[in-house]
Amino acid sequence: MPESIDARTAILSSIRTALGASSRPDTATIDASYSALSRRYKREGALQSEALLGLFTHRLIEYDAGVTRIARGQIAVEVARILTERKRMRIGIPGGLPSAWLPAGFDFQNAEHYSEHQLDELDGVLTGCTVACAETGSIVLQTGAAQGQRILTLVPDYHLCVVLAEQVVETVPECFARLGSTATLPTTIFSGPSATADIEMTRIKGVHGPRFLDVLLAM
Amino acid sequence: MHSGRRRRRALTEKRESPWSHRSFPEAAKELLADSQIRRNVRHATNVIQAKRNRVVAELEDWEQLREAGAAIRAHALEYLDNYLVQFEENCTRAGGHVHWARDAAEANGIILDLLRRHAAKEVIKIKTMTSEEIGLNRNLEAHGIHPHETDLAELIIQLGHDKPSHFVVPALHKNRQQVREIFQREMNLPDLGEKPEDLASAARAYLREKYLRIKVAISGANFLVAENGAVCIVESEGNGRMCLTLPDVLISLVGIEKVIPRHRDLEVFLQTLPRSATGERMNPYNSIWSGVHAGDGPKEFHVVLLDNGRSPILADSEARQTLQCIRCGACLNACPVYHQTGGHAYESVYPGPIGAILTPQLHQMQEGRTLPYASSLCGACYEVCPVKINIPEVLIHLRSKVVQKDQKTIAGRLGLWNMGMQAAAFLLADADRFSMAQHLGQIGQKVVVSQNGFIERLPLMLSGWTQTRDLRPLPAQSFRDWWAEREKAKKNYASHETIKRNDTKELGDAGKH
Repeated sequence: MPESIDARTAILSSIRTALGASSRPDTATIDASYSALSRRYKREGALQSEALLGLFTHRLIEYDAGVTRIARGQIAVEVARILTERKRMRIGIPGGLPSAWLPAGFDFQNAEHYSEHQLDELDGVLTGCTVACAETGSIVLQTGAAQGQRILTLVPDYHLCVVLAEQVVETVPECFARLGSTATLPTTIFSGPSATADIEMTRIKGVHGPRFLDVLLAM
Repeated sequence: MHSGRRRRRALTEKRESPWSHRSFPEAAKELLADSQIRRNVRHATNVIQAKRNRVVAELEDWEQLREAGAAIRAHALEYLDNYLVQFEENCTRAGGHVHWARDAAEANGIILDLLRRHAAKEVIKIKTMTSEEIGLNRNLEAHGIHPHETDLAELIIQLGHDKPSHFVVPALHKNRQQVREIFQREMNLPDLGEKPEDLASAARAYLREKYLRIKVAISGANFLVAENGAVCIVESEGNGRMCLTLPDVLISLVGIEKVIPRHRDLEVFLQTLPRSATGERMNPYNSIWSGVHAGDGPKEFHVVLLDNGRSPILADSEARQTLQCIRCGACLNACPVYHQTGGHAYESVYPGPIGAILTPQLHQMQEGRTLPYASSLCGACYEVCPVKINIPEVLIHLRSKVVQKDQKTIAGRLGLWNMGMQAAAFLLADADRFSMAQHLGQIGQKVVVSQNGFIERLPLMLSGWTQTRDLRPLPAQSFRDWWAEREKAKKNYASHETIKRNDTKELGDAGKH
């Protein structure tokens, strides 16, 4: 598209003219300027494990998510209990989900290659996560093992997410530090169920994403 | 594209634009008379501001986050050419396609070409102010392609044939009854209730069918990451995630100023943006991706980088900070003027304090010239800005640009305001001239002083001042005259002692009043 190449040259030269430098600085200068930027905000959290998990739980509940703290060995038992309670039987799962998490008596379907229409037929989805942030009550999913592709956790109306205690960090910067090596994977940071406040600023649950979110926090 | 064609298209766009070319005072006057809009705007802005203040107060490092945010954005703008090229390289490496558009017509052309190549008759859209800026929906419809807005508020605007009045909550001027009426009519749901839950469910059902059917989506973006070509979009409802993952083709239209250097910079903005914009600690959904990823999401991804008047703003060192904006809308919610008028009075895609400085600059001071005056300069916008844009400073700077531009034309130079201001500058610059003016005023004011001793109506351009208040006339003796007289009297006293006694007595008398 020659027009586009012209536009590119024109825009870049317009920027350079406006910035007023006849020769633009080299990468080393730019990197040095970047490294010198003020970053005096809080990076590391100070909370110990009990307080940290307490904060995470509290924040999630504020978003109207269900949270249950469970023992590591009890995941399958708790999955069964909560799915029964929610009356959800046909559950999509991503590849790489530990089979030890899956109780008998439910219709777990590997939904890795499901179309959106097939996903729309499911009662819900069960996944793990990459990392979780206590301060904001957010959970991070990245395309891959135990989390699947992005639509898996989007189209079904119910999401049951298992978060391991060691995956919980306190601050957003700590969260991003953990994502450093996998930054280019498709990433979704979600905080509670889908919501909107577009009508009279009243926060209501559930517009297009899952309307119901349960979190099992495994110690 | 031939320049003639481009000009013609630009003209068509201008004619069809829902934004008129009325001045702020004209448009505001009409909106101030609409008590329903005022109630809705006041309610919404009060709610968001209270939520925002609460979650901002939670963070002990809020000021440090603002500083870091401002520093990162200013740095990115200072090396914008470098970071855009870096973004292009990395996005392309990840399988994306990057296009550059100098103006609205070029961006519309690129998007239309892409849609035609895929024979798209319909597209789904995530809320994007940039598309509003280039009049994308009107242009698509003119070429037989139907865009479906998927953000709840944008859907309300689109179905109600309305225009956005806020860039975070575009339909905040509508209340639930009004939304219900629109949905009843446009979705053919006569029995629809008016609870926000009912209305959201109606939107869910209405749009789900479209998500599952339509294969091309258009979005904006909150951030572009130079170091890895990633794009970040934050939202609440999941409509964004639907548009970003279900279609085969995704086109993101993004202003060139949206680029940030590195992935870790998001750790700052994903804290300040949601808290400032909606009073949430984190948006319900934040999507970050680079290019295309096999087996997950669109197979084809395009980024259209839009200049449209942005690059020249970089040249103005005082106003460049305008481009640091991350579109949180906090300045709108905090602004006493916006509180009263709502967004439509600004006659611009970008309303409120940030709109008042961005709009005129995007149009090289040719449009939105009254906007820099649509402020009391109280500074509330600066205080809440998460990237520390000193909006009052830029407003004053732009006012001077408006004046300087006017003074270059004969009509502007001979205009009443300019003559008046020049005369005032002449008189105020010199003590003797000022004193002479006061004496003339004392004589001249006699014709405007009413029987009650007040000036109730000033003539001509000064009449605005007395519209809602009466003015005290100039006193018979000015302070300067009184001072001069006192100094003269002092010299006449024989000794300092006498003066001292006299002063004490004066003070004592003053104390009794």
